[in-house]
Amino acid sequence: MVAAFIGLIWWLVDNTVANLARQNVATGFGFLDNNTGFDINQKLIAYDETSSYQRLLLVGLLNTAIVSVLGILFATLIGFMVGLARLSDNWLVSKLAFIYVEIFRNLPLLIQILFWYVLLIEILPHPKKSFGLWEVFFLNNRGLYLPWFSTLPGGGYLLWVIGLFGAGCFYVARKARNMRELTGQTKAYVRNYILIGVICLGGYLSLWGVPFEANLPALKGFNFRGGLSFTPEFVALLVALSLYTASFIAEIVRAGVLSVSKGQFEAAKALGLPSSVAMNKVIIPQAMRVIIPPLTSQYLNLTKNSSLAAAIAYPELVSVFAGTALNQTGQAVEIIFITMSIYLFLSLLTSFLMNTYNARVTLVEK
Amino acid sequence: MQQIIKWSRENLFATRMNTLLSLVSLWLIYVTIEGVVSWAFINASFLGADKSSCMVRPHGACWPFVTAKFNQFIYGNYPAAEQWRVNIVFVLGALGLGLLMAGRINFKKQLAVLMLTAYPVLTFILLSGGLLGLSYVETNQWGGLLVTLVIAVTGIVVSLPLGILLALGRRSELPIIRMMSIAFIEFWRGVPLITVLFMASVMLPLFLPEGMNFDALLRCLIGVSLFASAYMAEVIRGGLQAIPKGQYEAGKSIGLSYWKSMRLIILPQALVISIPGIVNTFIGLFKDTTLVMIVGIFDLLGIISFHFTDPNWTSPQVPITGFVFAGLVFWVFCFAMSHYSKSVERRFSVKGVNK
Repeated sequence: MVAAFIGLIWWLVDNTVANLARQNVATGFGFLDNNTGFDINQKLIAYDETSSYQRLLLVGLLNTAIVSVLGILFATLIGFMVGLARLSDNWLVSKLAFIYVEIFRNLPLLIQILFWYVLLIEILPHPKKSFGLWEVFFLNNRGLYLPWFSTLPGGGYLLWVIGLFGAGCFYVARKARNMRELTGQTKAYVRNYILIGVICLGGYLSLWGVPFEANLPALKGFNFRGGLSFTPEFVALLVALSLYTASFIAEIVRAGVLSVSKGQFEAAKALGLPSSVAMNKVIIPQAMRVIIPPLTSQYLNLTKNSSLAAAIAYPELVSVFAGTALNQTGQAVEIIFITMSIYLFLSLLTSFLMNTYNARVTLVEK
Repeated sequence: MQQIIKWSRENLFATRMNTLLSLVSLWLIYVTIEGVVSWAFINASFLGADKSSCMVRPHGACWPFVTAKFNQFIYGNYPAAEQWRVNIVFVLGALGLGLLMAGRINFKKQLAVLMLTAYPVLTFILLSGGLLGLSYVETNQWGGLLVTLVIAVTGIVVSLPLGILLALGRRSELPIIRMMSIAFIEFWRGVPLITVLFMASVMLPLFLPEGMNFDALLRCLIGVSLFASAYMAEVIRGGLQAIPKGQYEAGKSIGLSYWKSMRLIILPQALVISIPGIVNTFIGLFKDTTLVMIVGIFDLLGIISFHFTDPNWTSPQVPITGFVFAGLVFWVFCFAMSHYSKSVERRFSVKGVNK
């Protein structure tokens, strides 16, 4: 059987080499240094048509990353809200959450992405008739525009100051915890955080002044310029991914909370904890142990699902690299290999981290 | 009336917070229903042979698009004179599934085996033709719901046995078999389906000798089936792990061979435990069939999107109506499956308590 398997692999490789030779496609990864010759409409780093395919890969990967990270953030927020609403005493709230889950979970994600996309493109007005809010937020069929800021000289130091603030808070928190463990007293350390914050901010402002200026979107010519802008593709993909994944996360959260034994609720009640404290300090921490493993695999699913953006031409890894770049270079084997390797690496890394986490949690339990 | 007031007091307006939540929910329900009803009915256009009636009513659904193209959405470009063959396949499938899900019938096991073996063969002969006096219909003429169901059913029929084999392989004592199964499963589970489909459509032709050519639908079928098998394998592995060790040892101690003890003792129990997971994989697979549209197969979603470009039907509401229609069809299938899986789960959990 093993021999047959090796034979099969050999046969496939042999065919591939013969086919490539016939089509005059050069094998190897040399093409990564060539110019791409096309531009794309969303890039987080400098990129133009003279950039290399290597650069293109990076741009696509970053676009995948940004939509995945934001999607995970929103999906988690909505998912926890809906999951907890599903367990609410309020009949209407729990039924609404149930309906939400049943609708979004049973619709193919691709339909949801396309639906939001055509909704944005077809229904929203042209830039000249944009929906505006307080003259700083704008929504039209070219995208979503938010106010943003641009940095002036000295802005770069802000990161250092934020780091300093974080380190200060960490130090105070540790000291407060040690104090509490030693003496049982809780000091009002919130005051200390504020104090550190004021010192950092004051020092920064006195040294460099306000190094930012508001960058508001404004209508220039046919479209808005300035501010922070998101393409309709990005908005549609983000909305669809968040809503779809949230319906799965809601079910995970519900199952997790239900897995905490009833005695824990009753114990918290008997201690006289208000239900919000009981939820935050007693139930959720225990539920998290059940929630985290499937939650992580949902995060991974969301990242993999962001590849469906190929259908609406959001320039992420698959659509820009395994789509456009592949069509231009014809390097099918190499490009599919690179793309699959990236996802495979992500997925193996996640399952490795999850296994480590699981091992630790089970040890604690015993 | 009194009861209603009492009930709503307890369930909706128990505390101040609850009252607020109820009012917000009521408002949400009102806004949603009002929006949906006015879009789908009040402002919608229902009759017309082209986009003209939809252009007059720009704020509502354009249902004439769906009614005019309905035949296409179901059969694709399948020749009209031969569509009875598709209908036979649909009816037989629905009949078989209905009988299987109906609960107690005498020949359930035999029927299940028939549905997994004879039905796919019969379907292939009927749809593709070229045999028994049926005219040959090329797969690029297939389309719409037909293709969606063909992909889904093929995925299900292939992934179940393949998944069982892979799950057994992953728990095998032979290291090479185990390693190969793990590598296979982790590979397919680690990559997005869309890259698999890209691979199937651009790389599969490279792997095969010159002249040997697959048609596009078959390539997608292979990709989807292998992808689904890996997920199926993990579900079934979960079922296998839930079987107590004593069952494996019992099989060994009465001298059954590995395959016999699997077939007679382990798998019947493991598969029953995994039914909810298996159905969930089916639902995932069914939703994933929509992805074939990206590599140019005209499944239900693909053919609907394709018809947006018809110059007789270019109106802003047409794509929205099309996607809502596609969504409804997919939703009904998926909801029915998940409902069925829940009822099975309930049936088995009750059994467990009675023991």
